[in-house]
Amino acid sequence: MVAAAAADTLNLRENTPSAPGLRRHVLDLDDFTAEELTATLDNAAAMRGVLERDVKKVPALRGRVVMTLFYEASTRTRISFEEAGKILSADVINMTANASSVQKGESLLNTGLTLQAMGVDVIVIRHPHAGAPHFLARNLSNVAVINAGDGAHAHPTQGLLDLYTAREHLGGIAGRKVVIVGDVLHSRVARSAVWGFARMGASVVLSGPPTLMPDPFVPQGWGTGTGGNGVANQLAGVTVEPDLDAAIEGADLVMALRLQSERQQRGFFPSVREYIRRWQVNDDRMARANPDALLMHPGPMNEGIEVSSRLAHGERSLIEEQVTNGVAIRMALLYQLAGVTGVED
Amino acid sequence: MPIASKIGLTLIAGGRVIDPASGRDGVADVLIADGVIKAVDRAIPAESLDGNTRVIRAEGMVVCPGFIDIHTHLREPGFEYKETIATGAAAAAAGGFTTICAMPNTDPAIDNAAMVDYVLGRAATTPARVKVIGCVTKDRAGRELADMEELMDAGVVAFSDDGDPVYDAGLMRLALTYSRGLGVPITNHCQDHALCPGGEMAEGWVSSRLGLAGIPSVAEEAMVARDIGLAELTGGRLHLAHLSSAGSVAMVRQAKERGILVTAEVCPHHLLLTDEWALGVKGNPAVSAGVMAYDTSTKVYPPLRTGADVAACVAGLADGTIDCVATDHAPHDRVSKECTYHDAAFGISVLETALGTVMAAVHSGAVGLADMVERLTTGPARVMGDGFAGYAGLTPGTPADVVIFNPDALWTVDVNDFASMGRNTPLNGVELRGRVAATLVDGKVVFEEPGLINTGGEL
Repeated sequence: MVAAAAADTLNLRENTPSAPGLRRHVLDLDDFTAEELTATLDNAAAMRGVLERDVKKVPALRGRVVMTLFYEASTRTRISFEEAGKILSADVINMTANASSVQKGESLLNTGLTLQAMGVDVIVIRHPHAGAPHFLARNLSNVAVINAGDGAHAHPTQGLLDLYTAREHLGGIAGRKVVIVGDVLHSRVARSAVWGFARMGASVVLSGPPTLMPDPFVPQGWGTGTGGNGVANQLAGVTVEPDLDAAIEGADLVMALRLQSERQQRGFFPSVREYIRRWQVNDDRMARANPDALLMHPGPMNEGIEVSSRLAHGERSLIEEQVTNGVAIRMALLYQLAGVTGVED
Repeated sequence: MPIASKIGLTLIAGGRVIDPASGRDGVADVLIADGVIKAVDRAIPAESLDGNTRVIRAEGMVVCPGFIDIHTHLREPGFEYKETIATGAAAAAAGGFTTICAMPNTDPAIDNAAMVDYVLGRAATTPARVKVIGCVTKDRAGRELADMEELMDAGVVAFSDDGDPVYDAGLMRLALTYSRGLGVPITNHCQDHALCPGGEMAEGWVSSRLGLAGIPSVAEEAMVARDIGLAELTGGRLHLAHLSSAGSVAMVRQAKERGILVTAEVCPHHLLLTDEWALGVKGNPAVSAGVMAYDTSTKVYPPLRTGADVAACVAGLADGTIDCVATDHAPHDRVSKECTYHDAAFGISVLETALGTVMAAVHSGAVGLADMVERLTTGPARVMGDGFAGYAGLTPGTPADVVIFNPDALWTVDVNDFASMGRNTPLNGVELRGRVAATLVDGKVVFEEPGLINTGGEL
């Protein structure tokens, strides 16, 4: 029996919502059930085991071609996808927009069709425009698309690695209080984290300057039976509290978001100094959270602005571990989308 | 404009004639002679006919004056890859519109007499009448007034910098004052850019969910409020283009109650579609946005808004606060829409789906059928002024511009059947109820839907 050999070797979950081939694309976490999220985190745990081996190589994606297609600068996300793909034995090709036909004006559609014609199995795309991965997925019939960050919309692999890291350290997510602080309005990290944490039963509080708080992600009246557009509200546990000192009370996990200097220039808040005063996550504020509360940040961090240096490098910080877990999560997703179940180890 | 040829007599028999100009609403025959309405009567006496009379059987159909669209983008000159005057006029005829008004945001813009002459020349043989709207400001740049008197002499029927607002309030005041004696409206596209920088769709839960930059209702309302104030100050003829928000409708209602000279239009899509259509599921409930999300065919200015805004626009049209339906027909080429939502052009190709779309408000009971016909005929004619009176009624002696439509015909929109080059509509694949059967301009059948009607019958 050669089937599922890779899964046996890796101790991956088969016949679950995360089994290879069940999902076509990863565009956001809004279409992941709690069961699929859990199964994906379980697979990532198995992948973590691979990362701790002396020889980091398994054949789960042998013969598959993974393309990273990045229209925005990225360090950790692109490299972690590349590493994940290579450890799983995929052939990984990296393409950046500033060194390709994109510079000659080729449209996203034609770039996608070209890559599909070349036999690429998975495209990992980062794009400054929300919905670019959806556009590719809609127009390519034979390629799996993974969203590695699209505009202010979503960053599902970041959301998953946040969930994974939180689950490892909190012992579970249901019933926990998660505070996401900063520029939520423009944050794809926050949008994905909200879906993920809410689906897994956490309460989520969004905090930051009132000018950077978004409208609710669901229509008014959701969760009241047939209200809104008739779909039960899975974001009922998500609230907004601009005052971080109030929001952080009793928190189990605080996630600080990256602050782009452009936001201050455009007047969303008066000064970096005032931002630090009101919304920096530091020891004093963490003292209001639960005693064993933990800190996360998706990076890259403006150290001393979103998070105090002491806290960022202190024992409550999970920032570096998030990076390691990012590789495991991306291995799990690549496997789930394109895993080869019929090969021998 | 089609050349009225000697085509003898045409009888449109047995339809429900709705003629807002005369107040008639009932089964009647319409007799056309040499391109002109000759008589409308319960039963045209046989001695009025001759052996060569062409008979169009219209039982079960509505027969009314041809629709007038006072807000059409024909793209020529400059953007002939999106639409031409010829294809746009053909789309108009297919949609029941016998008169359309070309917006001047072409390249070059229609801001001088030579440009007006060019467009009218290109429109000389089109199946629908094409009128021209001139720019308010030179090159639509918003800095100084265009030569409005010259444009009037060349034949423009209104002024607008549509696509952009007349942003400078002082300049808008001057435009309203200067044009006071010209007898035509200044049509303003109300959008305060400072309130919607980079805006891509209506601000609300859908934009928040999709991470798209929002356009709040107040971006429109702030300028509607400003312009109403300027209309009151100047006594000029203000026409507000494409209202989309409940707040705008309320302000126009109040302004009219106060006797301020202001008119307003609403687009078919703002009477039916909401921002949820950007999720790509044709307005159906959905937990996940999915691969169909970011449907660029829903990107339009003003943006599709909430159900409450749609209801307010429908109510405003029903009670006459909004004077007319106008399409804002905005055809685009494929590349302009086959891209990310951010990169996509604003606009929907509307002419051929307009009737089916607005009829939803009739079938729901929100707007009476005769009222809706009024908002498509005498309503827009009244907005434009005296020059349009002859095109908006079945009055004997006026040009026989007539549309015959089946108010109950169910049909599924297929953009491949469009006469317009613009296939950009979120309604593709959607079933509509209400369809144009035939369109006559100057008594000549310029469009006929095979299977719905036979216009070739003999007595």
